[in-house]
Amino acid sequence: MSGTRPDKSKLYYQKVSATWWLKKPSYLLFMLRELSSVFIALFLVIYLIQLSQLIDGPQAYVSFAQKLSSPGWILFHLVVLAFALYHSFTWFKSTAVILPIRIGERLLPREMIIALNIGAWVLVSLVILFLFLALKG
Amino acid sequence: MSAEGGTAAVMRENDSLDLHAKDTIFGADFLADQDAVETFVKEAPGEVVQLEHWGCPWSRDPDGRVSVRSFGGMTADRTLFAADKTGFHLLHALFQTSLKYDKIVRYDECFLTSLLVDDGRVRGVTALNLYTGQVEVIAGKAVILCTGGGGRVFPFTTNAAIKTGDGMAIAYRAGVPLKDMEFVQYHPTGLPGTGILITEASRGEGGWLKNKDGYRYLQDYGLGPPTDKPTHRKMELGPRDILSRCHMQEYSKGRTFEGPYGHYVHLDLRHLGEEVINKRLPFVRELVHKYVGIDPVYEPIPVRPVVHYMMGGVSTDINARTPVEGLYAAGETACVSLNGANRLGSNSLTELLVFGSRAGRSAAEYARSQPAPQSARLSTLAADEQRRLDRQFLRKEGGRERIATIRQEMQKAMEEGAGIYRDEEKMQKTCMILRSLRERFNDIIIEDRGSIFNTEVTSALELDFMLDVAEAIANSALKRKESRGSHTRTDFPKRDDENFLKHSLAHRTADGPRIEYLPVTITRWQPEERKY
Amino acid sequence: MAEPTVTLNVTRYRPEQDRAPTNQRYTIPYKNDWVVLDALNHIKDQMDGTLSYRWSCRMGVCGSCGMMVNGVPKLTCAAFLRDYYPQEIRVEPLVNFPIIRDLVIDMSDFLDKLKSVKPWIIRKEEKPVSQGEYRQTPAELEAYKQFTQCINCMLCYAACPVYGLEPEFLGPAAIALGYRYNLDSRDQGRDQRQGVLMSHDAIWQCTFVGECSVVCPKDVDPAAAIQRTKVDTTKEWFQSVLLPWGQK
Repeated sequence: MSGTRPDKSKLYYQKVSATWWLKKPSYLLFMLRELSSVFIALFLVIYLIQLSQLIDGPQAYVSFAQKLSSPGWILFHLVVLAFALYHSFTWFKSTAVILPIRIGERLLPREMIIALNIGAWVLVSLVILFLFLALKG
Repeated sequence: MSAEGGTAAVMRENDSLDLHAKDTIFGADFLADQDAVETFVKEAPGEVVQLEHWGCPWSRDPDGRVSVRSFGGMTADRTLFAADKTGFHLLHALFQTSLKYDKIVRYDECFLTSLLVDDGRVRGVTALNLYTGQVEVIAGKAVILCTGGGGRVFPFTTNAAIKTGDGMAIAYRAGVPLKDMEFVQYHPTGLPGTGILITEASRGEGGWLKNKDGYRYLQDYGLGPPTDKPTHRKMELGPRDILSRCHMQEYSKGRTFEGPYGHYVHLDLRHLGEEVINKRLPFVRELVHKYVGIDPVYEPIPVRPVVHYMMGGVSTDINARTPVEGLYAAGETACVSLNGANRLGSNSLTELLVFGSRAGRSAAEYARSQPAPQSARLSTLAADEQRRLDRQFLRKEGGRERIATIRQEMQKAMEEGAGIYRDEEKMQKTCMILRSLRERFNDIIIEDRGSIFNTEVTSALELDFMLDVAEAIANSALKRKESRGSHTRTDFPKRDDENFLKHSLAHRTADGPRIEYLPVTITRWQPEERKY
Repeated sequence: MAEPTVTLNVTRYRPEQDRAPTNQRYTIPYKNDWVVLDALNHIKDQMDGTLSYRWSCRMGVCGSCGMMVNGVPKLTCAAFLRDYYPQEIRVEPLVNFPIIRDLVIDMSDFLDKLKSVKPWIIRKEEKPVSQGEYRQTPAELEAYKQFTQCINCMLCYAACPVYGLEPEFLGPAAIALGYRYNLDSRDQGRDQRQGVLMSHDAIWQCTFVGECSVVCPKDVDPAAAIQRTKVDTTKEWFQSVLLPWGQK
């Protein structure tokens, strides 16, 4: 243990400003990543409300959906989409950091893990899209 | 921390304690005390295993045993390593393990200023608490000095800023002689300008030294024949003092490169390949890239000899005891003597472990037999020190010389008079310059009048210590009229066992060091010609 | 032709006379292979002996010289003037730490936190030294080696907004050090570190901003260490709840 400490009364305590997250691009991106969860949550609420319209029959559902096709709501959904894509991308980056994959003594490069994740994601999205189109048709 | 390459110990069946001892004694040009060497090689394996148990991340063989590699002057592979940051890893393993014991109290950023000696016995130390600016007394029944070497008395050194020989000077002032101070090791491969160390391991792994013609010049100096893979004790694995001299000879023949920081040669690692470099020399790659801007995988590294280690230091016996009761020393601060006139690479980290351990045990045993120091007596002793510090540093008025000016003049004088090649005239001149700098030191300016974290006062204190250390080095060198190990004189180029198979002992007097001699302890290895 | 110069704008704080930090400008000769530390040393040696800062090895291994350079935590021995020249260079003490004097910060909280993760080999039974080393394969060494590289420079704490806002946070270097010992095949002290690492001021305070790993001069990647510790401790928690008989 340490037997000497600075005199606390002479120390100057540096303050953190409330706008610390504007000081660096990476801090701002971090805040946006966190903010994305708010937008995604909002979207989920809207969507659940939309689904709950089905209780009142298909007509209620369709009329609600039409309300959502106003320019304001389209913009909202585009913003949500942007946030969701950004969030997914940062998620893949995190996965590469959190789960190191070792082959023998070598580590798989992180770019490869991210690329594999994105590849899998695109594949699954295509499959779902295909199913959707097939069921529609 | 400077130490990177490794820690030597006999670990393999194809090696032996006698071989390690012989290599060390030979490397020391027969000035090592052989009883100390025999103890050292015997206890080395146990100490490196102890550090392993304490978490040191030694590099490993496939079977899980600690790996060993080749190193300069060693007849067998016996240098354990933790990549190429061995010193760093040993330090952190020790520091982190020490955190386990609440009984170990550290006085961080308390700057040692003197020993408190009463009735011929050490009772503690005085230290400047940087956080408060107060001089504190730290009472102790025994004191172990392990403050490192003093490379900063020279202008180009691998050493960190804090290596200013404080412990050596403080012991010297308490009446302990400094032994073999003239023996200063130049590491052959430091970066020009910064002096940053490029570890010997780069040669152990197979690096080549080439002059400006791309020629592996070491073969011209009896270290040949040149082989593709490193051969123990030959070529680039020769001992450091010889390699440094070869560089200087190449320089005098006009075969070295010339750069903004003087002459240099090339250390070529390209043939080792990227994989080996990344695995065994990653820190070298990082350092060279950062400070020279080249990639050693593709380009050779500019290197030159820089001051690295002091074989000399506080005179101790093999139990780390100094002539002052209760005072011990270990590591580069001490001179047992294990390393004699020249140290082999990777022996110094082991020296820390073996003699650090021995010092701890001796000091603890002694302390157990002693009553606690009397606080009244300590206060009286400390008051003298407080007055001295106030007068010379903390409340010093006036002055006309900048600390840096005196420091730089000292370093320049040391480089000129106490460098790789020495002669009577240059050494005399250096001794005189140092005496006059001693006088001029009384006239330094201390601009910083603050109490809290005053690093100008600590710079002045360090310079004060360095002047003592520098004088001990220069005067010991002047008196040794022979060439041995790292002490090479153009006016006395041969080794003279008849007159100088002795350690020099520098005693402090008001007019500078008084040099006396102490015979070397020979047990089983009679001095012979030192040929590689 | 006039010699090129560069200006450093340096924080000053002298507790005996200043109530708050101020700053001072120094114009020095510009050398293209100088680092900020060389500039500070020039100022102290030739211009103003009252400037205080920590430094030692000047080669990026001792961790002493960490400061903010133009708002970014850096080792001043590794921040080259040529990367900023000819602009003025702002040099400040590391943020998120109390200032003792000028560019020197109080590191006692950091040292306490390092100690709290029990950064030493913990064994149920020690092997005597006479029996030799614990065997550890190169692969086992590789598993934790990266996390042994920390030089305790505290740049990660200066970069971490969580530590800035919540000083109780255990912090990147301390957690990475605890993780290093948990991963060391010779160590058996995982459960002894659990309490500290899983406390609410420890790993779960981290929101994976990731700046710690960006500023780390030794590529220790403390952010990875923290997230992996979250995964490990969670896995172990589930195991202990769902498979209690599997416990050691």
